[in-house]
Amino acid sequence: MLSFVAQRIVKGVFVLLAIIVMNFFLIRLAPGDPAAVMAGEAGASDEQFVQQLREKFSLDKPLPEQLFIYVKGVVTLDLGFSFRQQMPVAKLIAERLPATLLLTLTAFGISLLLGITFGTLAARFAGTWADTAITVSALLFYATPIFWVALMSILLFSVYLGWLPSFGYETVGGNFTGWAHVKDVALHLVMPAMTIGLFFMATYTRMTRASMLEVKRLDFVKTARAKGLRDNIIQRRHVLRNALLPVVTLAGVHSGTLVGGAVLTETVFAWPGIGRLLYEALLQRDYNLLLGVFVVCSAMVLIFNLVTDLVYRLVDPRIEFAS
Amino acid sequence: MTATPAVSIKNLKIALPKSAERPYAVDGVSIDLIPGEIVCVVGESGSGKSMCAHALMGLLPDTVKTETGEVLFEGQNLLKLDESGWREVRGRGIAMVFQEPMTALNPLMRIGEQMMEMFEAHNLLTPKERRAKALSLAKEVGLPDPERIIRAYPHQLSGGQRQRAMIAMALALEPSVLVADEPTTALDVTTQAQILKLIRNLQRSRNMAVMFITHDFGVVADIADRVVVLRHGKIVEEGSIDAVFRNPQHDYTKALLAAVPSMHPPVRASLDENAKAVEVIGLDKTYVTSGGWFKPDRRVQAANEVTFSIMQGETVGLVGESGSGKSSVARLVMRLIEADRGTVRIGDIDLTALEGKALRAQRHRIQMIFQDPFASLNPRRRVGQIITDGPIARGTDPKVAMQRARDLLGMVGLDAGSLDRYPHEFSGGQRQRLGIARALAMDPEIIVADEAVSALDVSVQAQVLKLLEDLKARLGLSMLFITHDLRVAAQICDRIAVMQRGVIVELKPTAQLFASPEHPYTRELLGAVPGQSSPSQAA
Repeated sequence: MLSFVAQRIVKGVFVLLAIIVMNFFLIRLAPGDPAAVMAGEAGASDEQFVQQLREKFSLDKPLPEQLFIYVKGVVTLDLGFSFRQQMPVAKLIAERLPATLLLTLTAFGISLLLGITFGTLAARFAGTWADTAITVSALLFYATPIFWVALMSILLFSVYLGWLPSFGYETVGGNFTGWAHVKDVALHLVMPAMTIGLFFMATYTRMTRASMLEVKRLDFVKTARAKGLRDNIIQRRHVLRNALLPVVTLAGVHSGTLVGGAVLTETVFAWPGIGRLLYEALLQRDYNLLLGVFVVCSAMVLIFNLVTDLVYRLVDPRIEFAS
Repeated sequence: MTATPAVSIKNLKIALPKSAERPYAVDGVSIDLIPGEIVCVVGESGSGKSMCAHALMGLLPDTVKTETGEVLFEGQNLLKLDESGWREVRGRGIAMVFQEPMTALNPLMRIGEQMMEMFEAHNLLTPKERRAKALSLAKEVGLPDPERIIRAYPHQLSGGQRQRAMIAMALALEPSVLVADEPTTALDVTTQAQILKLIRNLQRSRNMAVMFITHDFGVVADIADRVVVLRHGKIVEEGSIDAVFRNPQHDYTKALLAAVPSMHPPVRASLDENAKAVEVIGLDKTYVTSGGWFKPDRRVQAANEVTFSIMQGETVGLVGESGSGKSSVARLVMRLIEADRGTVRIGDIDLTALEGKALRAQRHRIQMIFQDPFASLNPRRRVGQIITDGPIARGTDPKVAMQRARDLLGMVGLDAGSLDRYPHEFSGGQRQRLGIARALAMDPEIIVADEAVSALDVSVQAQVLKLLEDLKARLGLSMLFITHDLRVAAQICDRIAVMQRGVIVELKPTAQLFASPEHPYTRELLGAVPGQSSPSQAA
């Protein structure tokens, strides 16, 4: 297993390098001279200032050398400098990452927990009104655009009912400490986490339901019945465990996209995470920051993929680490 | 019989859904299972034999309904039980072994855990005692290295070991009745012989009543005390093994027994003087599974210096157990996969040296008939399209090709109206005829039949074999016939090559091979064919 992990990490580093190189050339493909854009945004346009900027960001050097400088920077965790925010990119991202991880992991947990629970229930009562109710609402959550759900829940829970705060990570000027702080953040977390969570929950519900109905028909379930086992043990131990394999695969694919995928939700709820940072960087043509976010998101995808593979090998003994 | 039955099925009627071909899956069946006796329920697919078995366990599918009848066990009618009542009986009173041990075991649970579940289901013993019991059961059914086996997952065991584990599980609570639903059908012939012996021994030592479901008369001859022949859900004949085999009363039983291929090959003229249709010289093929960066690759040699030839008009059989490499050789000969080394000549052309267009131009000369008549026909295409695809690709005018398809259907015994139908509208035997017509449409010189009759019922199998023989004679074809069934091989092959682990260990004229097998593996295979010791020798 260790060799498997080592092997995957080495491969991951190569993939990440390839992504960095691609990202690097991506920015060079954009029309215009980055230095001129930066100078323009700074309100100065004289040739000397632009030349200074070029030198500062090594834009005057040949492309391969620039690439080398950039890659060298990334390897030492230096993702460059955000001209707009006047801060090192790495620092900006490091500040925002915890908020994003808190949001997306909570959403992920909610979606898996609820999705598998509802999927199991729907499969158990397949063909009844309970099944119909679950599958129809799952479809509804799946089909409704995330930002609309977000806006409507703000209207309902913040504006009309006043139960939950409508934006931000914590109450501005609240200065809570200890448990009061945890509670404050948790309240702020509810709506954005549910907004993302419900969407993914819908896919897990449907996947779990379909997969359970399929597994139910397999021979070993009949064997389990022939042993005289109680139905709830059969459902849990034999049906659900096998039915979860495709759900794990799907969740693995989703988990990678969670970091960068929260752009809409973070924007609507003014959640100070990576997604909103990306959104701002886009609007402000903050190329270094944009690149930095890409690199971090790619690294996250690779890490989550590795974790998924490990989890998959844990739940399915048929997959060997060597292959 | 004077002994009290362990279970009595009385006048059982199981209704099929309205859309089915007949109203009853099981129609008025009565069977007594007596302690210490093995009753074989035989019949072809759709005869209702599995339904009887499942009715004994209360495991009938939801789509069917028990209309009348009783299943009497320990003084109660099982059919009146509710789910919790059934749970008491299952495993403890009546246990079951299924056909396919790979799918009948949960792939995510260790063998030992699955055995221990048996005790857990009935709240018996402590977890520690359950483990000890699982270990002793594993020993009792002859699993090697039981300590390791009970910690293993199903995929880490061989087919025979998995079936032993299933049997151990079924016997855990010492049931008085064992229901075995085709327990050896998915196994190789030598493994089958071992499992049959195991079931026999356990049944004797525990004085169990056994209901053994099978379609194979050879197996019946080896294991049954009493036989029940089912057809369309009704019992057509019933009696002791001797009576039914020596003196079958019903025409259907007679036909079934007659359809079992004999172990005595007919006399065949030597074809050595004919020109060579196919010549295979020194074929090597090794499958390499990448072991990753830090582990060595896994290698399986599917063909090792395989050399043989097929004369014009000759049928050469390739026999061996699963994994012996016979299907790989078939695919190598057809160049569906590439050999590592070696030559395949068709007539005077070196097939292994051709590439691209030149290779495609020769492909029609050697055509294949596959094992699974369901998976080998594209379900979304009409029969006409399926048969004419090849000829049209070769440049035949579509109208001419369609006319030829019509003729071919007649030749394989189907009516021309079949052209507009889809594969699912045909039975297994009919589909295999379609597969034959598809192969013949290419005007081949050589037919490769890969287990072409293995999935068919014995009576249908006999018909398809006869058809193949007729067509071969009529069209002057040569044939490479791959099978695991030595009875079939005896009847259809001029010469037989026995394969073991990628090597041809013996290649001889059929009669000679059966009369004086030389290689130990050939002897082992021949010895394991079921039904040789039967009263009537099954033929």
